[in-house]
Amino acid sequence: MSNIPSHLKYTESHEWVSIEDNGNARVGISDHAQEALGDLVFVELPVVGDDISQGDPCAVVESVKAASDIYAPVSGQVVAVNEELESDPALINADPYGDGWLFELELIDTEELDGMKDAEAYEELLED
Amino acid sequence: MSKHTPLYNAHIAAGARMVDFGGWEMPINYGSQIEEHNKVRQAAGMFDVSHMTVVDINGAQARHFLSYLLANDVAKLQTPGRAFYTCMLNEEGGIVDDLITTFLDETFFRMVVNAATHDKDLAWINLQAKAFDVVVEERPELAMIAVQGPLARETVLALLPENDTSAAAEMKPFNAGQFGDLFISRTGYTGEDGFEISLPAEAAVVLWDQLLAAGVAPCGLGARDTLRLEAGMNLYGQDMDESVTPLESALGWTVALKDDRVFIGRETLLEQKAQGLEKKLVGLVLEGRGVLRPGQRVITQAGEGVTTSGSFSPTLQKAIAFARIPQSASETCQVDIRGKLLDCRIVRPPFARNGTVCEGVI
Repeated sequence: MSNIPSHLKYTESHEWVSIEDNGNARVGISDHAQEALGDLVFVELPVVGDDISQGDPCAVVESVKAASDIYAPVSGQVVAVNEELESDPALINADPYGDGWLFELELIDTEELDGMKDAEAYEELLED
Repeated sequence: MSKHTPLYNAHIAAGARMVDFGGWEMPINYGSQIEEHNKVRQAAGMFDVSHMTVVDINGAQARHFLSYLLANDVAKLQTPGRAFYTCMLNEEGGIVDDLITTFLDETFFRMVVNAATHDKDLAWINLQAKAFDVVVEERPELAMIAVQGPLARETVLALLPENDTSAAAEMKPFNAGQFGDLFISRTGYTGEDGFEISLPAEAAVVLWDQLLAAGVAPCGLGARDTLRLEAGMNLYGQDMDESVTPLESALGWTVALKDDRVFIGRETLLEQKAQGLEKKLVGLVLEGRGVLRPGQRVITQAGEGVTTSGSFSPTLQKAIAFARIPQSASETCQVDIRGKLLDCRIVRPPFARNGTVCEGVI
């Protein structure tokens, strides 16, 4: 059974968002997603300063098996990317909600978060 | 309804992630594909390949029939137990399937063909067999386990009855023999030494557990694919199919054209040899970061081509691929990955075998 922390918000395409102390939205992929993808070997992240809109494909994670687009769960400007992933993409497999985070956005519209799934709704999605 | 091999329960017990493969529910990995890959390069891993099709050719004209059916020449197989890799072609020289054939005696040859092509292979073999005094017999009751890696042979040998050990130990690559219930062949699809063992279902379950207890890592189709790619071995349906000949698939070495032996597809191969080939299948190594995948556009000085297989190579720690490109292209090319043109070097596979990176690929 995959790990679904209750303090995060989730998308149907298996990204998660956490709201950091500074109000920024940190984005990653769920435990379920990393397990389904298998060993990750390459990550293409957005560039700090990019403006991205909710639903845009804005990053790519590649496992030995396949490439998978990451869609922006919310809109905003990219303020940080996880540079550790360049040399060690397997951090996503090892710690998808911690060291394996992808990037951070400065949120434009906090109401976009309300449209996301909470842990319970995401778990239901996985069960279907 | 997908089919299960006799080892299905063993896979589930080992925590396998199962996928559909040619109508069979097979393990893709048991956790980490890369760990499984490395285990085979460095120690020993095992694969359930029971979905593959064993076909026995029995009868007075067995050799004569295979001489006609196969692009490689069974005249090369004179010692009982000798095996080779070959393609089976259609009249146009297109590849119906690739397979391993073993000579057992003058009235008995064994072939192992792919699972995904089972129906068309059997239809083709049976159609061609009508003109010969042979019996084509499928052996669906046999399971098959491939044990591969530098420690594979010694691990298997230690599990054999004492009176079989020395004969099995002395078998050279591309040789096979029957040892009790076990048909053991020193072949594989990984670029490592090892055995492929055909055996009855109940015996397979026992052997799998014994190998597991001996420290052999269960490995899925994912690792099998990256291992064979590193080893420079084609995958049927991806790197080749009925639209290409062995000469266009880096398999010229498996085709015996020198004498006047008549075999299916010969005329096309002779024409291609006379006229020269337009395309060739090569290896690519991506210079920078990224992952090569099948179906990506390749740009060379001599025109465009396409990748047929591609992945991240755990041994090279770089992306590698096979690509079908214009004959005169050489040295470098670019591959279109999501609209970006990335530099690759054109190399001659294999990329890695026997635990290490092959010379000249990085």
